[in-house]
Amino acid sequence: MRVWFTKNGKVRFISHRDVARAFERAFRIEALPLSFTQGFSPRPKVSFGLALSVGHESDAEYLDIEFAETVPVAPLAAAITRALPEGIDVVEVVALADRAAALQEAVTAVEWEIELIIDDGAADASPTVVHDRVAALLDAPALVLERVRKGRTGTEDIRPVIRRITTLGPTERGTLIAVELATRPTSVRPAELIAALGTEFREGRVRRTRQWIERGGVRYEPIASDPRSVLEARAS
Amino acid sequence: MTSLWPRIEPLLAGVEKPARYIGMERGSRVPHHGPGSVSWLLVYPDTYEIGLPNQGLQILYEILNERDDAAAERAYAPWLDLAAALREHAVPLFSVDTHRAAADFDIVAFNLSAELVYTNLLECLDLAGIPIRGSVRAAVDPIVVAGGHCTFNPEPMADFVDAFVIGDGEEPVGEMTEVVGTWKRAGRPGGRTAVLRELASVAGVYVPSMYDVAFDGPALRAITPRFADVPAVVDKRTVADLADWPYPREQLVPLIEVVHDRLNVELFRGCTRGCRFCQAGMITRPVRERPAEQVRSMVAQGLARTGYDEVALTSLSSADFSGIDGLVGDLVSDQIGCGNVGVSLPSLRVDAFTVGIASEIQKVRRTGLTFAPEGGSWRLRQVINKLITEEDLYAAVEGAYSQGWRRMKLYFLVGLPTEMDEDTLGIAELARNVVKIGKQYTKQASCTVSVGGFVPKAHTPFQWFGQNGTDELHRKITMLRDDLRKTAAQVRWHDPKATFAEGIASRGDRRIGAVIERVWRAGGTFQEWSEHFQLARWTDAMAAEGLDPDWYVTRHRSEDEVLPWDHIAAGLHRDFLWQDWQSSLAAHGLPDCRWTPCYDCGVCTDYALEHVVASTVAPAGGSQGTGQDLSHGGAVPVLLGPTRVAS
Repeated sequence: MRVWFTKNGKVRFISHRDVARAFERAFRIEALPLSFTQGFSPRPKVSFGLALSVGHESDAEYLDIEFAETVPVAPLAAAITRALPEGIDVVEVVALADRAAALQEAVTAVEWEIELIIDDGAADASPTVVHDRVAALLDAPALVLERVRKGRTGTEDIRPVIRRITTLGPTERGTLIAVELATRPTSVRPAELIAALGTEFREGRVRRTRQWIERGGVRYEPIASDPRSVLEARAS
Repeated sequence: MTSLWPRIEPLLAGVEKPARYIGMERGSRVPHHGPGSVSWLLVYPDTYEIGLPNQGLQILYEILNERDDAAAERAYAPWLDLAAALREHAVPLFSVDTHRAAADFDIVAFNLSAELVYTNLLECLDLAGIPIRGSVRAAVDPIVVAGGHCTFNPEPMADFVDAFVIGDGEEPVGEMTEVVGTWKRAGRPGGRTAVLRELASVAGVYVPSMYDVAFDGPALRAITPRFADVPAVVDKRTVADLADWPYPREQLVPLIEVVHDRLNVELFRGCTRGCRFCQAGMITRPVRERPAEQVRSMVAQGLARTGYDEVALTSLSSADFSGIDGLVGDLVSDQIGCGNVGVSLPSLRVDAFTVGIASEIQKVRRTGLTFAPEGGSWRLRQVINKLITEEDLYAAVEGAYSQGWRRMKLYFLVGLPTEMDEDTLGIAELARNVVKIGKQYTKQASCTVSVGGFVPKAHTPFQWFGQNGTDELHRKITMLRDDLRKTAAQVRWHDPKATFAEGIASRGDRRIGAVIERVWRAGGTFQEWSEHFQLARWTDAMAAEGLDPDWYVTRHRSEDEVLPWDHIAAGLHRDFLWQDWQSSLAAHGLPDCRWTPCYDCGVCTDYALEHVVASTVAPAGGSQGTGQDLSHGGAVPVLLGPTRVAS
């Protein structure tokens, strides 16, 4: 089964691992017949998608679970939500094809809404300023960052994975932008993108709005209400 | 009275573990603060991870919220990063439930479980905008209350706490709510002094401002009530029957990992093993067992409601619970219908019976097992009344290694009364023998020796004993480490400097309040966290107050000395404690009164209480304090079968 859930509000301050534990407890509270791994310390067969940083919200989180016996799908979303902390809501649960690709590998692009703010009164995070910075960044042929990977410092061009940045408009404290980032060949964190747009910008509200799986020219969300998309998901 | 959340939220982006401050745990409440109701803020003055699991706080949280005339919320000490941010942005300490300012509560009540958190209480009050000293608080300021084991010597915190609750809090919190509610609804007549005077009449409540403290030079002369209606001695409160208090019914399930992150069900309160160093065992008498049926239903309902897959059966000595083997058997074989759950039993005795239960629980992954012989020689264990023979320990250890456990952890105290170097080296001898036994079964056999410095506590037979100084503790620990070098036994130890600071507060009098304030003002919060502890802060503060640390810490007290807690009663007669201290010095043990005739410590007789135990005979195989001597042919009636491996 694939579970689509959100993480909004105060609960955004818990970690990815905490979310996993909350789900495991919710499954037990609702007495769902989970499948367990074999071995000395059996773990429930639950696999999570891309991690979400502490403090970031999301409308599009996913996890896959395996049950030991057939479970009716329809009441699941409400039942699991009831046992979860406020702010983590299960939107939908669908049955997966047996050979569906693991979420971590399958997801190829992610969309974000990122609020840019400033805490220095002299700087400016208004939509006009942000718009110019965005244009400059997108015009650049390359955007080389120094990054530490496996303990070694190296450089990486993150420009190819930045697919789209749109200035949405002002917020109370700054400007909201919409961003689409590919997850391969490298992934970019919202904080890195913010720094690339301007070192005076700080991270305000950050929300993951969508995740995409792209294969063979077809693009779909890990769960979609459109039955055709679900079929495609199964076929993958 | 509005939520501070909009002002707190922006600060959380810059702090470690922001989820410490969001509340929202399963089981948490959003109470309604009606105009006539009394609002309590229950504060654990340490980090959220340490404070959240505290069962005492959770029990009171539920009991108060069940009342129509009360509302209770929780707070924990903000970590240094958030404390700095709160000060910088002028945001006060807040509750995690509705993010209400601490100063908006009628009562701010602290749990004091350890002396080294004392400075955190001052920090919390200061962050709340509440004057730290009770004497300068105004009528509108909250009433500052403290409960927990440390309040059995309340004097060091008397300047900061308006009212202490001595003993079990279940009943007094209701009575205090009524006093404060009546006063509040009548328009606070007589101000703060009037309500405090009224609270002083509630049984088990000590209001330090209602007492005069007189000194003769360094010595305490007397602590006497200032008014006729204020009791000369404050007796502890005791819940007579735990069956009446099946709490917590809805244990909080934290969203982040905390210590003891599992369902906790209290098996019994009180312990009459009579270990002379153990304050908890002395001040919580008599033994009150929860009915086994209630334990079963609390476990079943608790697991179903929380989603936990592990339950701890808590008490001061869990293997002493009548019928513990049947209970554990039912849990692990799923007779109570909760599916596969882990069971843990903290505080176990050292004997083969314990290993039998442990093997029932830990069918797989048998890695480490912990025992606490506390003293390195039989003579010293008679002094401290922890009557474990070497044969008990070796039988337990052999049982464990033979059934697949590989690592033994042994807890000891150093700096005990009458302790000589041969006692300290006895620890090394035990550890070497434990490893030797283990090597017969596995090459990986190892043993960790964990050593803590002994701090004498109020209301114990050792309250008259002069604690070892830091140099002496260092010498003993070094001697032990040297003796165990190049063996499979590892030594871990607590910092003797922290032990010394704990000693200042543990038996301190009212003058120590000024010392605690100085330590706090010098930045000394989170003192039980070694990276934030500096003994110099404490000794500097003592010097500035003209007090001699050794007078408080390392000095032996005489029988006729007035002790700072003589006006607080745990029910133990002073002459019983003195007699037990003399027996200790003569290395005489004292049996457990649950299963032997009463020796009149004073608790049951004075308070008209009785042991509530389902079994009137000592548990099988339990030799500690039961008079059984396994070394002379006593049989261990628990079958230690062959190792069971996971199916």
